[in-house]
Amino acid sequence: MAAWWSKQRKKMKPEVAAKTKRSVPSGLFQKCDECGATVPSEQVKEALWCCPQCGHHFVMPTAERIKITVDEGSFVEADVNIQPEDPLEFRDSKRYADRLRSAQKQVGVADAFREGRATLGGRPVSIGFFVFEFMGGSMGSVVGEKITRLFERALADRVPAIILNASGGARMQEGILSLMQMAKTTAALARLKEAGLPYVSVLLHPTTGGVAASFAMLGDVIVAEPKALIGFAGPRVIEQTIRQKLPEGFQRSEFLLQHGMVDAIVSRHDMKDTLSRLVSLLGPEKQRARA
Amino acid sequence: MPPVIDTRQALDFERPIVELENRIAELKSLGGPQLEIEIRRLERKARQLQREVFSELSAWQKVLLSRHPLRPFTLDYVGRLCEDWIELHGDRAFRDDESIVGGVARFRGRPVMILGHQKGRGTKENMRRNFGMTRPEGYRKALRLMKMASRLGLPILTFIDTPGAYPGIDAEERGQAEAIAKNLEVMSRLPVPIIATVIGEGGSGGALALGVADRILMLEYSVYSVISPEGCASILWKDQKKVETAAREMKMTAPDLLELGVADALVPEPAGGAHRDPEAAADAVGEAIARELSALSSLSPEARVEARYQKFRRMGSFLESGPGA
Ligand SMILES: [Zn+2]
Repeated sequence: MAAWWSKQRKKMKPEVAAKTKRSVPSGLFQKCDECGATVPSEQVKEALWCCPQCGHHFVMPTAERIKITVDEGSFVEADVNIQPEDPLEFRDSKRYADRLRSAQKQVGVADAFREGRATLGGRPVSIGFFVFEFMGGSMGSVVGEKITRLFERALADRVPAIILNASGGARMQEGILSLMQMAKTTAALARLKEAGLPYVSVLLHPTTGGVAASFAMLGDVIVAEPKALIGFAGPRVIEQTIRQKLPEGFQRSEFLLQHGMVDAIVSRHDMKDTLSRLVSLLGPEKQRARA
Repeated sequence: MPPVIDTRQALDFERPIVELENRIAELKSLGGPQLEIEIRRLERKARQLQREVFSELSAWQKVLLSRHPLRPFTLDYVGRLCEDWIELHGDRAFRDDESIVGGVARFRGRPVMILGHQKGRGTKENMRRNFGMTRPEGYRKALRLMKMASRLGLPILTFIDTPGAYPGIDAEERGQAEAIAKNLEVMSRLPVPIIATVIGEGGSGGALALGVADRILMLEYSVYSVISPEGCASILWKDQKKVETAAREMKMTAPDLLELGVADALVPEPAGGAHRDPEAAADAVGEAIARELSALSSLSPEARVEARYQKFRRMGSFLESGPGA
């Protein structure tokens, strides 16, 4: 459940750091983590934050992600008034309350999840997006509450649920309450599934820890972007435990596909279309469709 | 008097007490009426010292107690609380993971399904049980047995005692995250009563995989946290020596969890901890489970599942101003 994304990353052994780090394009030019090419940031953005040379998927801003995922202008955000607090009065080198404030200021959202109603190919869905920029997308009480509401809304509206996951796992600064968000969200998902409604989980880079070990790996359909890091334990923790180097491609989307843990790898360019078709094939409206 | 403990197995803060007790045992073995006054004086002193030490245990000391090598494990409780225990093995897909034990038994006359993490005594058994760190097949064995219990109407009693899910290549290959997640999903909807008792270490997702219950009981010196204090110290403080601070800041002791609304009840331990009197510890656990089981049995399956949903639904702490968008 370790939030491997934290600043500790800087101290990681170089070969691991190189593997797990993925930069967000900024400035005029961008060096590709994968092929090493230096490409104009403008071109990267036009290619949906992918490398124009090799197709490598960069981490992209969540606000842009929302735009390219749902029907244009259809996202109506819900629960925007939920704010995090500091239930444990947690303090490491900084107070958790201060970490929250600076993340809010820097990212411009209250916490690490945004959700609401939208349409995909004209069909209504209850959809949510992890904001990885906000404390590594870690799940505390606010994220857990919003995900629970997303599933409850899908049940009330009788529409499919979709989550785009990108998270280092549970938020340590909220202690056991973070762990309990795994149970809370998953219980809401279980009710949705029982009611015969579909849930599609999209795994982005990275999806690990308590988020992987709850709703992220429980999709009726699970699709992953290429080469996303997906797993329970972070690679550093595993390396330290078993004291050997991890195999090439370990815990990447392609590895999970091979081991039967995800249904498909879908490129960012095809994601919207794939999700739309899944909603149309699996959603409650399917009976009404013409033969 | 509690059983004599090998001082090498005592924790630092237990050692002065254990040394006194060993001295008392020595004097007793010598016999003779002239020693009795001295023995009684030392016994008073030992009790006094134990009260002092245990009345102000730090969070980290409780972590150490929860991991005490002599602490009663799941099978110790099963042996004392149940009759007709039949252990059931395997996930029917890959392997039997011995870091989780499961089986049917009779608890106070009533057939129940029992599941618990199982640590080993000594190196050899610990290797076999992987120090209580479970792989996917262990969670899937638990899942198989929980589904069976549900179909046959057996209440489920779980015992939580794990450092955490095993972080290894093979575990990841076989879907560690999915295995844990599946247990959470299924447990949240099972119609039978589920009572989870944290008897030692409640280590993150690996603990929760047996923990989505109607009631969560915690032994007085057990702990339950999102990450180990060692992991937390290394990530947030970048300093392995900050474990005591991390243990304190995470609020992971039984009284903390009671206060945070995660644990439902705290089961008091015998003076000096469960390992000083495993029989008394098991009695207290048995009483607590029997009480909860009787209360839960009076509810309909639908009411139980709804109450379980609401119990976890309430967990968390946030602010909300005005109506949502
Ligand atoms: Zn490239």
